This record gives sequence, structure tokens and C-alpha cells, in this order.
Amino acid sequence: MTRLKSTQVLLAGLCALLFASLAGASAVNVENYGYPITDRFAATVVGTPEGYEAQLPEHIPLKERRIVIFPERVTPDVFFYGHELLYSVALQDDEAPLIFLIAGTGASHNGTKNYDMARAFYQAGFHVIAISSPTYNNFVTAASKTGVVGDAERDAEDIYRVFEMIWAEVKDDIEVTEFNVTGYSLGGFNAAYVSKLDEERQSFDFERVLLINPPVSIYNSMSLLDRMIQNIPGGVDNFDAFVNKLIHAYTTTYKESADAGGDDFLYKVYKALDLKDEELAALIGTSFRISSASLVFTSDVVANYGYIKPKGLPLNRYSDLTIYNEVALRLGFTDYYHEFFFPYYRADYPDMTRDEFISAISLTSIADYLRTTKKITVMHNADDVILEPGEINFFPEVFGDRATIYPYGGHCGNMNYRDNVAHMVATFTQRGTR
Amino acid sequence: MAHFLPRVTALLLVLALGACSSVPSQQPQASDYPEPIFTAKRLLPPEHANVTAVYDPWESMNKRIYNFNYHFDQAIFLPVVRGYKAVVPSFARTGVTNFFNNFRDLVTMFNSVLQLQPTKFVQSTGRVVVNSTIGLLGFVDVATKLEIPRPMENFGQTLGYWGVGQGPFVVIPFLGPSNLRDGLGFLPDLYLQNVVANEFMSNSASTASLILYPIDSRANTPFLYYQNGSAFEYQMVRWMYSTKSKLDAEE
Repeated sequence: MTRLKSTQVLLAGLCALLFASLAGASAVNVENYGYPITDRFAATVVGTPEGYEAQLPEHIPLKERRIVIFPERVTPDVFFYGHELLYSVALQDDEAPLIFLIAGTGASHNGTKNYDMARAFYQAGFHVIAISSPTYNNFVTAASKTGVVGDAERDAEDIYRVFEMIWAEVKDDIEVTEFNVTGYSLGGFNAAYVSKLDEERQSFDFERVLLINPPVSIYNSMSLLDRMIQNIPGGVDNFDAFVNKLIHAYTTTYKESADAGGDDFLYKVYKALDLKDEELAALIGTSFRISSASLVFTSDVVANYGYIKPKGLPLNRYSDLTIYNEVALRLGFTDYYHEFFFPYYRADYPDMTRDEFISAISLTSIADYLRTTKKITVMHNADDVILEPGEINFFPEVFGDRATIYPYGGHCGNMNYRDNVAHMVATFTQRGTR
Repeated sequence: MAHFLPRVTALLLVLALGACSSVPSQQPQASDYPEPIFTAKRLLPPEHANVTAVYDPWESMNKRIYNFNYHFDQAIFLPVVRGYKAVVPSFARTGVTNFFNNFRDLVTMFNSVLQLQPTKFVQSTGRVVVNSTIGLLGFVDVATKLEIPRPMENFGQTLGYWGVGQGPFVVIPFLGPSNLRDGLGFLPDLYLQNVVANEFMSNSASTASLILYPIDSRANTPFLYYQNGSAFEYQMVRWMYSTKSKLDAEE
């Protein structure tokens, strides 16, 4: 099963030209930067090859835990396993700072990237609490108030509630000196809104907040990802043939490889397959589509909206879901925004048009807050594939020298590279002015 | 392992029958409800191939067994595995895994003959000979240290090799996802291991291995029911199993 675990991936489009314009930000020099994959799509898919990774402990005491967020909620039987929210913790014995980790789109609390981050922070002496993305099936069923995710402020409320309830469970067991939060990809975006919410609520009074490869506008990034699937040779109708070809190649390489597993294995597969950028983009788009199909169906069932499942039709744990899977795989995330998300929330925003509402879900909407809040920092890549051309400039413009922009790494591909991990940890351990 | 085979068969039958009889007769029909915004009719081209299609005529029963396996996992299997890991030290658990892998190599040996694959036969025979002797009855995996490759062949793959199709997807009680070919193919492999075990092992050792075999297998399988994070987990598992089985047979 694990051998077929697809690369956790997202994203699309952008250029080195922009890099020149990043005045003010801590732009990392191309010559000084040793991350080895300069192709943005390949970096996104492959991650960090062996030999370039940070030295991290093999095992940390990361434990999975469960918590009921909405005791009164009747979870639909088809997701009977989703009543409790799963999360993970790695706690220090002594007094220590605490860090919350928020996973990226469709990723779980203990997915590869969260796990790698947990290892780095635990090693650096932090209590670690890791949660799934609000877009993850288990989060939607157990912890999303409405079940219809994708609204920056509502998602932040959901996350904040989860943080508070988890904290209430662990606070008697540990000594905490301060609270911090970070997240990658959509989780980084979530972290910015969570930080803003914390200014009002004051439950944690976060000391530091780090956004890793966040989108600027959710809608723009989701649109880019939706379009990537069109790179499938022969179009979306050849989805199955394309996926079968990739799985076949993946499995064949697996069998020929003595040491299968980890980022290095993916790197070998990548080398062996000699995939073109279009194919890599199609792979990223496919991976994203599989995540979003699951999310959209989950939201539809939880909210009983009638998007792809007939409204009111009860589904149980034995129901045949094949047809919903087929339909969901044909729909983009942008379809969800237009035909489900916006109509669902329309009544709450009578003065906003569809475009205004959708474009409000962005970091641009909270740029003033981000500009003046010194505790928030950013790590990003100039060639991130989830940003529209020019969008990377948002970060140096708004964050100034609190934004560190790497020349390459694609979308989150360099997160495990030793320099990036060192910088990530130093963000929280080096006491500067706040 | 003397009585393993008949017991498994009996349990399989009992569970399968139980699962069938519990199918509710009145299922709500999609056609009784208003059409959703996006329907198959609207989105799917008439000649489309189902992306995740796998022949699964027994889906209803399979899903019940899948659910049963989840509950068995939660209530018995996983707690036992946790206890096993807590009590038995790591090196001893590795020894147990090696011991059973030696039997699996024996299965590969046998099936390599049936598939007329001399290289795999030589490799697996070499492994069994080395591990059963210098490897102290298989508890130490000397063969891997000597870098003898470890091909994996079973009777399901042998049937596939000679052109037998996968047949319907089945979820086997306790064991998990499979298909008719691989599921039935498991029986001769089990029988072979049984015969060899009875030949070389005392009754008490045989009983011990009967208990340890499933625990060791579960301890080495990371899969958890209903935890892959997808709303369509069953479809994904079914498709992945089917794809993997196809590729294994092609080797």
C-alpha cells in the first residue's frame, strides 16, 4: 500500500525573472544555494534527494491521539470513522516552547511533510502538536463547523477551536514557555489567518508564526492546479490511462530498486522515467485532483448540499460510492467554488459579488495586518508552481526582510533541504525583536 | 499450523454467509431524490472508461467484510500487535519475521518451478538453504547480508503467469483485500508451508507459529482501515490492489 502512496503534491507556474525584482527580501543567492533540483516541477514532485536532507532523528515519540470536537454532531454513517479528529503530539519532558503544525491541502496530521517538520522541531526542543489540513477528510467530518471548507476566516476559526481543545487536553501534562504556529502550502495560508484570529482571542498570544510556501490567492492557486490536469496526454478522458502508466512505471522502478522508499526513491523514479515538464505538471494536477475529489464529496455529504450526491439521499458505510468518485474526479476545485461554496455562503455576504467574495480569500485581504505584524515570517520559492506570474512579489513587498525567498525548490520541494530546515528552526529559536 | 487451513476456510464461509444475510432489503434509491448539480449523465462522456474500475460484483459483501476487518483490527488484532511489540524485544521480533520469511522463500522456490523461472528458483533456494542452516532455522537472515536477491512469487502469481485472470475483487476476513485468483492461490501456498512445518516442527512449535504468524504479519503491515484520508478509500484500495496484483503477475 505504501509503495503506491502518491507524492503529496500541489501547484503551478512562474519564473526566474521575478527573482531579480525581489529587492528588500532576504533573497537567497543562486550561487550560494545548494538545493540540487532546479526544475520547479521536478522539485515539487521529487522533494529533497538523499545526501541533501537535514540530519534529523530517525524516530521521535510522535503519538497519534483522538479528540471529539463536536460531541453533538451526528456523523453521516458513510464516514462513521470520522467522528473523532485525529492529531499527533510529540511532547518534551521538561519546560519547552510549543509549536503547532498545520498540514497542506489534503494532507494528514502525520503525513510525510508534517512528520519531517515534527522531527526537526522536536529535535530543537519543542513540544510539537500537528494537525491535518482543514481540507483533509477527517478534519471536514470531525472539526469543520459547516463542512464546507475553503473560506479563510471560517477555516481559521475551525483550526483555532481545535488548537484550544487540544491544548485543554495536554496542558496539565506539560510545561510550556510560549506558543508558535507554522504550516506549509495551504497550511501556511491558514497559519496567517489563525495568527490574526489569535490577536482577538488571545488564547495563545503566538510568539512566532512561519508561513512556508503559502498561496497568495486560494482561487488563483487552485485554478492553476486545476488546469495542470489538462496536461494529461490526450486530455482528461485519458486520465485512467495516464495514471495507469505512471503507476506501472512507479511500481516497476520499485521492484528494480533495492532500497525503495523516501524521497530518494522518488528521485530515482524521476530519473528513470525521464518525465517531461508537462507530464510532471499532469502528475501534480492528478494528485491534487484526487485530493480535491475526496474533499468535495466529503463536504457535499456533511453539508447535504446536493452537489454530486442527491440532496437527502442517505449513504451508509456499505454504500457504493463508485459513481461519486467518477464524477468528483471530473470536477475541478474551481467548480466547487462557483457551484457549491459561493451559493452556500452567499446569504452571509449580501453585498459581495461572486468574484469579490472569491478574491477576498487571499493574503492580500489581510496585507495590512501582515505588513505590520513583525512576528510573522515567510519562507518561499521564486519558482513555486502554485503562484501566478508576479504573485511571488507579494511577499517581499508586504513582509520586507521577513520574507526569505529561495531561488528554486518548486512547491515545498526544498522543505527538507538542510539549509531550509536550519532556517525554519532558527526562525523560532533565535530571539530577535518582535 | 496443522489446523490453520480448515479453520480459515470455515470462518470465511461463516462470515461470508453472515454478511450476505444482513443485507437490508430496502435501500434508498438515488432516483427517489432530486438530481444533484453534477451528475454522471452531465459529466461523463458516454464511452468513458471508469478511472478506478475493478470487477467487483460482490461489493456489498466485500464492504461488510472490510468493515468487519476494521472492527476486528481495532478490538483484537492491533491491541495484540501493540502488546507483542511491548513485550517482545525488537531483535526477537526480527527473528520471528525472518523465520516466517524463510517459509515465504520456500513458497517462492516452489512457484518459481511452476513458472519455469530458473533465476528466481536458484535465488530463493539459495536463501532457504543458507538461512535454514547458518541462519539458525531461519531466525537470522544471513542470505540478505550475503546480498542474495529476494524474489517473491506465490501461487496467485503463478496462476496469473499462466494467464488466469484476477477474477472478482474479494475482501478476505482477517486478511484484507485480494481477488478470487490470489485468494484461492493462497491455499496451496499455505498447504505447502503446512506440510513442511509438520515435517520439521514439533507440535508445540507448530502451535506457537500458528499464533505468531498472523501477529507477525500484521505487525509488518502498515495499512490501517479507514485511515488513508480519502473519502473513497475502498475504491482506492481496490484499484491499488488490483494494479499491484496485475504487475506482480506480469513479472
